Amino acid sequence: MKHRTFFWFILPSLAAMFFFIALPIVSVAVQSLFVEHEQIMTEVENCGPFKCETVLQVDNEATAALREEAPLGRFNGLGTYTNRKHLAFEQVGVAWNETETFGEFMSELINLPFYKALFFTLTYTAVVTPFVIFLGLGVALAVNTLPRAVKGPTIFVSLLPMIVTPLIGALILFWMVDADGIIGATLQKIFNDPNLSLKASTPLTWMMLIVYGIWSSTPFSFIVFYAGLQTVPKETLEAAKIDGASRWQSIRYVVVPYMMPLVVFITLMQLMDNFRVFEPIISFSASAKATSLSWIIFNDLRGGDIQLFGSAGATSILTILGVAILLTPVLIRTWRDFNRKRA
Amino acid sequence: MSTSVADRRSRGLIWFTTSFVVLWIFIAAGPFIWTVWGSFKVQPDFFSKTDWRNALYGVMTTAQTGSAFTGDGYYGAWVEQAFWRNTINTGIVVFFTVVISLTLGTLGGYALARSGFRYAFWLLMAGLVFRAMPHITLVSGYLLPFFEWNVWGKLSTTIIVLVAINQPFTLWMLHSFFLNIPKDMDESAMVDGCTRFQAFRHVIIPVMWPGVITTGLFSFLLAYNDFAVTAVLLSSENQTMVPRINSFLGTVRETGDVMFAVAAVVSSMIPLFFLVLFFQRQIVSGLTAGAVKG
Repeated sequence: MKHRTFFWFILPSLAAMFFFIALPIVSVAVQSLFVEHEQIMTEVENCGPFKCETVLQVDNEATAALREEAPLGRFNGLGTYTNRKHLAFEQVGVAWNETETFGEFMSELINLPFYKALFFTLTYTAVVTPFVIFLGLGVALAVNTLPRAVKGPTIFVSLLPMIVTPLIGALILFWMVDADGIIGATLQKIFNDPNLSLKASTPLTWMMLIVYGIWSSTPFSFIVFYAGLQTVPKETLEAAKIDGASRWQSIRYVVVPYMMPLVVFITLMQLMDNFRVFEPIISFSASAKATSLSWIIFNDLRGGDIQLFGSAGATSILTILGVAILLTPVLIRTWRDFNRKRA
Repeated sequence: MSTSVADRRSRGLIWFTTSFVVLWIFIAAGPFIWTVWGSFKVQPDFFSKTDWRNALYGVMTTAQTGSAFTGDGYYGAWVEQAFWRNTINTGIVVFFTVVISLTLGTLGGYALARSGFRYAFWLLMAGLVFRAMPHITLVSGYLLPFFEWNVWGKLSTTIIVLVAINQPFTLWMLHSFFLNIPKDMDESAMVDGCTRFQAFRHVIIPVMWPGVITTGLFSFLLAYNDFAVTAVLLSSENQTMVPRINSFLGTVRETGDVMFAVAAVVSSMIPLFFLVLFFQRQIVSGLTAGAVKG
């Protein structure tokens, strides 16, 4: 295709991506270097019946005028990145010097908002991903043995947890584990503890979120594995059978090796998806117990009276860097594939 | 299906796989069935401390309304809380996002599939990176400029943003789909004197619909399920369903109208249910396209 034709075909799409993806990233980076204006204080003389005293008051008009004039705020350099709400170099340094063991240092570290969110995100990803892969493979192997007439409806039902809006899917589970909901109330009866609440304890909240993660992601890995199972060559399986392999052995030594590229694919997708875990935290109102980087950004933008653009920007840039690191292996692989095709 | 002796499964294995599948179906569908059923009950039944079976038989519902089923939650959500307005907003946003995404995406995806130059590859790589970025990170970049230009809160702004966020995925998917349409088709049309665009218009468009429909389904899901963008970019009167349900949660907990939220949740699931029902094959093929080929 000629350069000129290519250009006209791709232009609308490219323009949309440039103005609404590339430029916002620049905008986020610029924002993260600024911080909100401080309120302007003026000295006012307050005269009581006995004496006069000068007090400091917020000058609302001047503050509003300043905000109007420079909406970005004042320049702060990399200050936002290093403050307590983000990378917190100072606090980490103090914690490193003052704690004796590594365990103590870690417990200090996860009190800082950024590391707390990172810690939850990593735990969530590390637990959900293997569960999703094993469960998905298990379901795929089981569904594959079903008679043809039942397969369609089973796949239909299996797709639901993944297709449904994440916020809504998480809400449905949340209502069931509510202290008065079916699962919550039943658990109270089983443990005979009327005050048992899944929402009140940190480990239980984490578990709930992880259960939601497994529930909503398993369908994806099931579908991918199921499609993969259809491509396993029948001859190899038959050859294994003739050589006397048991059913378990032919799964372990024939099917699973065929699935390995899919395992890599699902793991990468899961890493990317779980890194941005966000909606379930909102649905479960779990932000006191578990936060993620995406939740911190959302909270900066929607949480308080003043929108903290600087703080949201800094977290966004750190998140984008995290995604870039996660993506590096994929990019390298795609690059190799591309060069192989050209050669 | 072969019926050799070696293929025949033992009774225990059949029993095991069947019960595993049944358990999985129960886990996957149970919460939905439970919530749909419970949405026709009153709150003391759906959130029953005394006995969970109350929600099945509607003991309190019968006591309060005289019948085992009640549409009170739906009346409250749709009429009192004017949820229909949010449904219309969602309809507008989803429709235009899908149509515009697909129009831009087919043109771009076709160009990427037919151009062997290095920059096409770099565009695809950039698309891959953009696609992996959490949407909320971009949202913080929109807010300040949108406030300054006075376009914040409008449906049209949100549509454009969703289209743009959707582009990397649409481009990738349609690009790999166009790669499967033989080059000879449009090239022979061009030998016959068509321009590139005419070849696209008369040769490619008639055969591209399966790929476009699959891609459109995923664009639909992205726009319909979005929370991060719509929650931050829409003013309260323009809210779509998902952020509206979220703001329900804050208000109904105070007034004790949780059933409004339950009814709204069930209502917003219905379109997705039918989507999966009618397009199951396309969704499955779309999900596996990236995996099995790559």
